Amino acid sequence: MNSLIRSTARCLRQGAAVYLPRQADGRVWSASARFLCASADLQKDLGEMVKKDKVVVFMKGTPAQPMCGFSNAVVQILRMHGVDDYASYNVLEDSELREGVKTFSNWPTIPQVYFSGEFVGGCDILLQMHQNGDLVEELKKLGISSALLEAEKESK
Amino acid sequence: MLPAVFRCVRPISTSLALSRSLSHFRPHMDPDPSRPIERSIRSKLADTLKPDHLEVHNESHMHAVPPGSESHFRVLVVSSQFEGLPLIKRHRLVNEALKEELSSCVHALSIQAKTPEQWRSNPSLAKSPPCMGGSRGDHTVEEKLKAGRE
Repeated sequence: MNSLIRSTARCLRQGAAVYLPRQADGRVWSASARFLCASADLQKDLGEMVKKDKVVVFMKGTPAQPMCGFSNAVVQILRMHGVDDYASYNVLEDSELREGVKTFSNWPTIPQVYFSGEFVGGCDILLQMHQNGDLVEELKKLGISSALLEAEKESK
Repeated sequence: MLPAVFRCVRPISTSLALSRSLSHFRPHMDPDPSRPIERSIRSKLADTLKPDHLEVHNESHMHAVPPGSESHFRVLVVSSQFEGLPLIKRHRLVNEALKEELSSCVHALSIQAKTPEQWRSNPSLAKSPPCMGGSRGDHTVEEKLKAGRE
């Protein structure tokens, strides 16, 4: 009980962002502290969540176990570029998050990809960026060197 | 009885919506022959974006939703209105045109938005990735599909 009170107090002080399920690094936070934070705060929390990490993905399932072909495509594309360390949020675990992120991004579908706090798009856009070379450039701007670029250099 | 084309755009909360059961559910693979959502998507995109070329594909049968659903679509829009616009702005134009469908029965929308020149140099339709079953047992998808049938 004490830990719940403590975590709730922390939640109210810092915002719920840190307590949402984080699958990318294997840690799963309890949703019990989060439900006490009003959903109106979710929009503010999302503003923080998308800036906390360079690459943020809202998806169905997790990078280890995607639950949707489109979400899986995003995971695979990022993996191809050597981007494995990113924040991912599983909207299937949290229906408030699922609806909240659509409002926040003004985008009707999942998955959703953010680079440095800026909305990039969904699966279609990421795929086209991957195909036309834009993704390598955008990752470079984030200070991430794409694995495909490294592979190309090595083959020369 | 409302015209079929308005089935999807009515508010879910009306009593008529609640009184319809699944008994009229179509057991076969083809969507409703009148295809109200597909027709609505087509006409809205045609009216808003004045495309040179437009394809609307119902891909619901490729996903974990009941036969006859109109929940997953792929659209290819070729329009000069996309000239000079980054991909995200093009997609937002399409999303805006289909706002009603996306907030009711359409659960997934794949978009290819090309300028006439891009289409000429690469006249191909992209393929959707294989379904991983995420819609199975997803109650929000069931609700959306019910909304589409009433």
